[in-house]
Amino acid sequence: MRNLIDIKDLTEKEIEELIKVAKDIMLNPEKYSEKCKHKKLATLFFEPSTRTRLSFEAAMMELGGNVIGFSSSSSSSTAKGESVSDTIRTVGAYSDIIAMRHPKEGAPLVASKKSIVPIINAGDGGHNHPTQTLTDLLTISCEKKRLNDLTIGLCGDLKFGRTVHSLITAMSRYKGIKFVLISPEELKTPEYVKTDILKKNNIKFIETNDIEEYINDLDILYMTRVQKERFFNEEDYLRLKDYYILNKEKLKKAKEDLCIMHPLPRVNEISTEVDDDPRACYFKQVAYGKYIRMALILKMLEIK
Amino acid sequence: MINIDSIKNGIVIDHIKAKKGLEIYDALKLGELDCSVAIITNARSEKMGRKDIIKIDQSIDLDLNILGYIDPNITINIIKNDKRVDKYHVKLPKEIVNVVKCKNPRCITSIEQELDQVFKLTDEEKGIYRCKYCETKISRK
Repeated sequence: MRNLIDIKDLTEKEIEELIKVAKDIMLNPEKYSEKCKHKKLATLFFEPSTRTRLSFEAAMMELGGNVIGFSSSSSSSTAKGESVSDTIRTVGAYSDIIAMRHPKEGAPLVASKKSIVPIINAGDGGHNHPTQTLTDLLTISCEKKRLNDLTIGLCGDLKFGRTVHSLITAMSRYKGIKFVLISPEELKTPEYVKTDILKKNNIKFIETNDIEEYINDLDILYMTRVQKERFFNEEDYLRLKDYYILNKEKLKKAKEDLCIMHPLPRVNEISTEVDDDPRACYFKQVAYGKYIRMALILKMLEIK
Repeated sequence: MINIDSIKNGIVIDHIKAKKGLEIYDALKLGELDCSVAIITNARSEKMGRKDIIKIDQSIDLDLNILGYIDPNITINIIKNDKRVDKYHVKLPKEIVNVVKCKNPRCITSIEQELDQVFKLTDEEKGIYRCKYCETKISRK
């Protein structure tokens, strides 16, 4: 039985296969519409989320399966003090596969040790969010038609941003990748990401706090939100939240085929005036997320 | 140096950083043993200036791996019939369980107390251990 806790659990070949299946689903949705008939996905969201939970649920429904679950810990037995392990053992009796989000880092790993059905990590604190990374890879593959030879700008909260760390890990496997890391001093990429991933794999990277400095070099600009829930101190959050706002003016020097991505939700880091720009890919990214999750559910349930 | 009887059969843990002897005594739970255990602190050492030594007067099967985490310079001497039959450094253990606690307040171990505190050796060269659950780093002491 397979679990997906960390993007590193998947080989490059497996990711390639998932992308291939997702693209096939996009082209031939009817072929997949009953693949998960009589199967149940449990979405256990101990922390609120709109996109990820609905994306998983829509994915399962489009595969002909059913969905059960909860969307906050207050509406589960966790509120009564139940442990993650006990919740998982219980839910395993009702479902065929579990997608789980938890505010505590490592909770899905704990769950996977006790579960009798596959566990998909749908985000654990500031740690891992592998299905977001798969979404990002499918987006890049569809929009840029390749996963190599790309200059990728990552902008915003590069310290706590789990999507950014996972994306760096995943993209470091491909040839010809360069990163431009754009963040304020306080939200710089952690040292271990730079030494253990970038330097170790001889990936070129530049750090800057000026979004416009290298914007003309970028093939992809990945914007992130400064996340309130990652701060213990409200003052720091308020000071840093508006540091970067992407608008039409800043995009003037950017390439015509730039792909602007964002894991969403957005607060104000991308001005709404950018939404109509053909380079804005973040809402397409949401759609890609559903297709890659469909491919993943099929893989985890070993359905061909 | 004060005189401590040599042991006939047992283990001598040598080259312990001065004043660290008691920490090792506790980590190995030597207080629970049924035999004589001597801790010599601040012994003179050519190599280290000062050092601690622990002598265990019994041939017992102790899990000494944790010493590699506490201090990789420690040497283990196995004594049989008054003679040293083996001398070695303890390697860094691949995993340490319930020795240190994860300090990340966002780690699942911070709320689920029954979970073992497990750290895995992720970089042997630099001696870096990371929490099995949240991957937060602890540096070797």
